[in-house]
Amino acid sequence: MQLEPNKYVKELTREKYKYGFTTDIHTDIIDRGLDENVVRLISAKKNEPEWLLNFRLKAYRHWLTMDMPTWAHLTIPDIDYQAISYYADPTRKKEGPKSLDDVDPELLKTFNKLGIPLEEQLALSGMAVDAVMDSVSVKTTFKETLMEKGIIFCSISEAVREHPDLVKKYLGSVVGYRDNFFAALNSAVFSDGSFVYIPKGVRCPMELSTYFRINAAGTGQFERTLIVADDDSYVSYLEGCTAPMRDENQLHAAIVEIVVLDRAEVKYSTVQNWYPGDAEGKGGVYNFVTKRGICKGEGSKLSWTQVETGSAITWKYPSCILSGDNSTAEFYSVAVTNNYQQADTGTKMIHLGRNTRSTIVSKGISAGRSQNSYRGLVRVAERADGARNYSQCDSLLLGSECGAHTFPYMDIHNETAVVEHEATTSKISEDQLFYCNQRGISTEDAVGLIVNGYAKEVLNKLPMEFAVEAQKLLSVSLEGSVG
Amino acid sequence: MKAEQQYIDLFTQYEALLCRNSAEAMNAPRAKAFADFERLGFPTRKEEDYKYTEVGKYFAPDFGLNLNRLEFPVNPYEVFKCDVPNMSTSLYFVVNDTFDKHVHPSAQLPEGVLFGSLKEMARLYPDLIKSYYGKLADTSQDGLTAFNTMFAQDGVLMYVPSGVVMERPVQLVNILRADVDFMVNRRLLVIVEKDAQAKLLVCDHAMDNVNFLSTQVTEVFVGENAVFDLYELEETHNSTVRFNQLFVDQQAGSNVLLNGITLHNGTTRNTTRVTLSGERAEVNLCGMAIADKNEQVDNNTFIDHKVPGCTSNELFKYVLDDQATGAFAGKVLVRPGAQHTSSQQTNRNLCATREARMYTQPQLEIYADDVKCSHGATVGQLDENALFYMQQRGIPLKEARLLLMFAFVGEVIDCIRMEALKDRLHRLVEKRFRGELNKCQGCAICK
Repeated sequence: MQLEPNKYVKELTREKYKYGFTTDIHTDIIDRGLDENVVRLISAKKNEPEWLLNFRLKAYRHWLTMDMPTWAHLTIPDIDYQAISYYADPTRKKEGPKSLDDVDPELLKTFNKLGIPLEEQLALSGMAVDAVMDSVSVKTTFKETLMEKGIIFCSISEAVREHPDLVKKYLGSVVGYRDNFFAALNSAVFSDGSFVYIPKGVRCPMELSTYFRINAAGTGQFERTLIVADDDSYVSYLEGCTAPMRDENQLHAAIVEIVVLDRAEVKYSTVQNWYPGDAEGKGGVYNFVTKRGICKGEGSKLSWTQVETGSAITWKYPSCILSGDNSTAEFYSVAVTNNYQQADTGTKMIHLGRNTRSTIVSKGISAGRSQNSYRGLVRVAERADGARNYSQCDSLLLGSECGAHTFPYMDIHNETAVVEHEATTSKISEDQLFYCNQRGISTEDAVGLIVNGYAKEVLNKLPMEFAVEAQKLLSVSLEGSVG
Repeated sequence: MKAEQQYIDLFTQYEALLCRNSAEAMNAPRAKAFADFERLGFPTRKEEDYKYTEVGKYFAPDFGLNLNRLEFPVNPYEVFKCDVPNMSTSLYFVVNDTFDKHVHPSAQLPEGVLFGSLKEMARLYPDLIKSYYGKLADTSQDGLTAFNTMFAQDGVLMYVPSGVVMERPVQLVNILRADVDFMVNRRLLVIVEKDAQAKLLVCDHAMDNVNFLSTQVTEVFVGENAVFDLYELEETHNSTVRFNQLFVDQQAGSNVLLNGITLHNGTTRNTTRVTLSGERAEVNLCGMAIADKNEQVDNNTFIDHKVPGCTSNELFKYVLDDQATGAFAGKVLVRPGAQHTSSQQTNRNLCATREARMYTQPQLEIYADDVKCSHGATVGQLDENALFYMQQRGIPLKEARLLLMFAFVGEVIDCIRMEALKDRLHRLVEKRFRGELNKCQGCAICK
């Protein structure tokens, strides 16, 4: 099939990674390397209470005993954990910014370039934003409006100071520091992140959103997000990520923990667009993330939606523990890999409570020389009567040198469980293309249409603003891959 | 390395004896296999391929081995009164791992076809055996393959020369027979040359109520445009442990059907590795397990699409009752450049009790874009609506359940390309579900 990329495609291809700028801004970076003193230093810089320091130290000591996991279908070059700086603070101020005037104008420019509505004038967009640059939360908007309803939305360092009981109760309760290699590392050196608490019976009136950005060179980003939805509450949370283009690889190892109590609902959406490296596979972010939520309460609901287009290597399995009876979990994912990107992503659904339901829809698109894997586990425990799971994972291959793989696991320990799994792999069919061509649609546009249609089931689950961004990202990520 | 040590000692001590009672072609790879086994040991559950079956513990007890090749005084034709109408097969017996010399008068083989003891054939046709034996079963990858290669002294050879079409299926009955706990290491070598056609039916039985452990490595070479069917039926008892490894290599245009049925067993692990190395080759891989009590069935399959234009279909069904455990892991690899591959995999499972466990793990690894691959897996129960419908029409619940279960596994039986065997199996499975086959009685095929 011979195709000529049209003008639009060419423009976009040239555009490449549009978030690849760096911001020249004074940043307080500690020396590279990791030992117990660094952990203590990070804790001291943040004036943390002793229990948190102990938590970090325990995690660090445990991390020392662990090895990098090798089971994923990924080729991960050796990572020198001593060559990374574990803390970078672009605000260099002791106090957190109180209003926009306090914030470094360079920083604001950065977020403006990213199109993040930090300013009040963008209040119309109706989104509360917590922006995290490098390791530190820069600015949280709409805090006051949220406060009226009793919603807490702030950086996790602030939460440690102001709501220590809540943080102490839930931090590490879903992802323990012993969970895995990267979780242990994160627990030891996490610098900031977002904390959300929705009180009983409150429906969060706006979408809460966090933007993550790695700016400083040679740093890793280790943020931690904790969301607690109390009884009968609802919140929709968005997360977006970008990073500058650098030739060296950057490490991102985050933890997201979500606790959903009785009849509460949490919707967590991610558009992950870390720098994927250039067309030759040089540079890019290593994205090793542990995300897990627990549907603790009766009738609770947790929904993960992710659009993964960035990162050189993605290792990410947003999971749900369905421990409350009648709880529901969903996982919708589109993962796109191009050039030399590698992704090993999927989910775990652990059914513990009775009549729990889970849905998994995963769409993988691989192009160039990339490798894209789906890895998932559905586990139904002995006492999880009436558990129901439906999984669907489809792969679309664009190009003959890429790979698409699926590794689903199903462990069923209860006879009343109904578990279904379906997977297909295919390329765009000649018939579909021919049909579009016949009706005057050029081949490139047709591919765009078909890919978007293919991913629609997942994109539809995203909040409006994100869906538009995700659609654009999809087409940009696949530039130059057709034909 | 606890379980391994006794076998390492045994081999070092009795290597000469082992070799003396075997044939040169079978002795050749022994030393390498031993080195590999010393290095690998038995597979552990930490290995992805053996996640669901702990191998070492089954080898830990003390088993008798017939290294001296003493003959067991048994005439299988007396034990098995084989009188099956419509099933005209050429019937042969293997007692433990020894090919039985009593040949049934009904056994007729076309000219040029060889069927008999691997050891004897290796002495008669050393070059033939040498060029095939151990070529597919790579001892450096899997400790169990190495173990079998170390200790196997005999087995069966089936050789169908090019162009020969065997009208009559060959039936091979493996009988496990011993007075003490006993281990059998058997080898099967099947060579179906270009344009040849053959069908082989292998039935496993255990005669005595002692603990049996059997390892079997089967290597199947299928030439260009050849057609080969292999049916394996296991009907042993709860104290039998079986490790079967089947390696198949297919040349261009060949067509292979592999059907493994587990009706009664103790612990069974079947490993199947199919390599499609010629274009337009097709493999149909089916399996079925009905397990209750503490029975355990683990099927691990791997299909390697090496070249373009090949087709693979997989269908596995399990019915698990009581505390039975089932595991299915199916991997399909489509190598770079293997365009126009079509691959389908289905695994459906019924869990009838709370204690029954099912682990399923279908996997696809695809490095080519112009392919059609799919897999599906389900675990569930019988359809409530269907049961209700039948009860409404006066069918008792128990009978309705039986009917549905029977229909559920019927799909696997329908894959069989031998009408007579199909009918037999339908009856046999029905008997199994009704609990009339509580222990090995010799399957209805032989009875």
